Amino acid sequence: MKRLFPILAVLTALMLVYAVYQALVVAPTERTMGDVQRIFYYHVPSAWTAFLLFLVNLVASVVYLVKRNPKVDALAMVSAEVGVVFCTVVLVTGPIWARPVWGIWWTWDVRLTSTLVLWLIYVSYLLLRRFSDSAQAPALAAVLAIFGALDIPLVYFSIWFFRTQHPQPVIGGGGSIDPRMWRVLLINWMAFLCFALLMCWSRYRLETMRREVEEAQALESLLGDDRGSSAEIRNPKVALNRSGP
Amino acid sequence: MHKPSFTGGDAMSLPSSTTRGTITRATLTKDLRLEWRSKDALNSMLFFSLLVVVIFSFSFDPLAEESRRIAGGLVWVAILFAAVVALNQTWARELRNQVLDAYRVSPAPPNALFMAKALGNFFLVSLLEALMTPLFIIFYNLRALGPAWQLIPIGLLGTWALVVNGTFFAAISLRTRSRELMLPLLLFPISIPAVLGMVAGTTAILTGENSAHFWIVLLLTYDVVFTTACLALFEKVLEAE
Amino acid sequence: MNSIKFLYSAYAATWSIHLLYIGSLLRRYRRLKQELNELKQK
Repeated sequence: MKRLFPILAVLTALMLVYAVYQALVVAPTERTMGDVQRIFYYHVPSAWTAFLLFLVNLVASVVYLVKRNPKVDALAMVSAEVGVVFCTVVLVTGPIWARPVWGIWWTWDVRLTSTLVLWLIYVSYLLLRRFSDSAQAPALAAVLAIFGALDIPLVYFSIWFFRTQHPQPVIGGGGSIDPRMWRVLLINWMAFLCFALLMCWSRYRLETMRREVEEAQALESLLGDDRGSSAEIRNPKVALNRSGP
Repeated sequence: MHKPSFTGGDAMSLPSSTTRGTITRATLTKDLRLEWRSKDALNSMLFFSLLVVVIFSFSFDPLAEESRRIAGGLVWVAILFAAVVALNQTWARELRNQVLDAYRVSPAPPNALFMAKALGNFFLVSLLEALMTPLFIIFYNLRALGPAWQLIPIGLLGTWALVVNGTFFAAISLRTRSRELMLPLLLFPISIPAVLGMVAGTTAILTGENSAHFWIVLLLTYDVVFTTACLALFEKVLEAE
Repeated sequence: MNSIKFLYSAYAATWSIHLLYIGSLLRRYRRLKQELNELKQK
């Protein structure tokens, strides 16, 4: 399993380079927007990846509330964090794209605004995780994730209606996509998905390590004063090796 | 032969709706009575609401033509901030007296406690609104060009939207560092569709330019969805504390 | 054309965000490793 990681990392790097080449060179130039439109190949796949990660978080949260498996909770934590990273990319590339095309940075259009609210909800999720005492944080965060999921359709729908009353330009536009562009879009999405997988995997390993260290530290502070206790109990290696290599 | 049951006995043979209703009502009347006796907190909140209205009126010149257009937003933002102050003290008394532990071990359904707290907050925030709204009308010379009666459902549904989630997130925030800050951090993002509904609906009625129907339906949907979610998940939050 | 600037800044911004995150992961990993070694020495 451990050897798989560097292999995947190299493959992902190659895919990303290939994807950039596709986006900047191979993809046809858009008629109205010109080369700036190529931001599309980063903006959209990042959005799809973020949404997928948040979906993973929702499922993991629900499963955690039922099964209370700490590994599932770690997955929820990881997918939320990496999801926020990709969501940030969407919110940054969106306005950078909008500025040269429509002359304004932000239009409160449905998709971008809903993405902003999604980002806000998940940042609050991460803050809740950070500020809660560790024993309760997983269950409370899982509940928050469910609330967020219930909220998002309402967010989208309310902004959509608001926009029909007060129309403004839509970032990313509608309309059909040239099949050649669609192909480049999918290539970039695949590359970013692999990259997201790598990041989640790394973060998951980090989280596992962090929890082990935390447990060992707690154990150490419990038993550290008792000099007369057996060497076996005082040896932190015993605690650290509990969950295996 | 009647075998004595360890998990219940005669108390549990009551239909659960009776038990839930009784507990909700009892907790609610107790809370209202306690609030009324210690008027300090209430007076401070009322004064805070007044201050918010005055500050807003200075910041957004009420004489300008635009005021009818933005007044809807101003009123609800002011109410939002005043509500946060009220919501932050929701569980303070329970926390001080270890009441939550008692609720955890009792056979009482946990969402009866939640309902009582939410209703109490609803009355409290409505009281704050009753102070702030006339002041806004006076300072901004507000007059509704659309059907003014529609402001009532918007007011009720909007207030409940803030209060139901606010009470729930106040419980979640109980065991966090910076408890008072965590409540608005959690509440504001989730409340965005409701706030949009309240503001857009109020503006629609004040300016008379659009129909507020959609917004009233949206607020109703929001309230139904989140009241259900709060009642269903409050037990998990209580367990976690 | 001037708008090419925006294309490059969008790509650069994307990778900056990702690299910042990976950097923070590495930093956290290093700190944990240090704490781990401290525990093992005790």
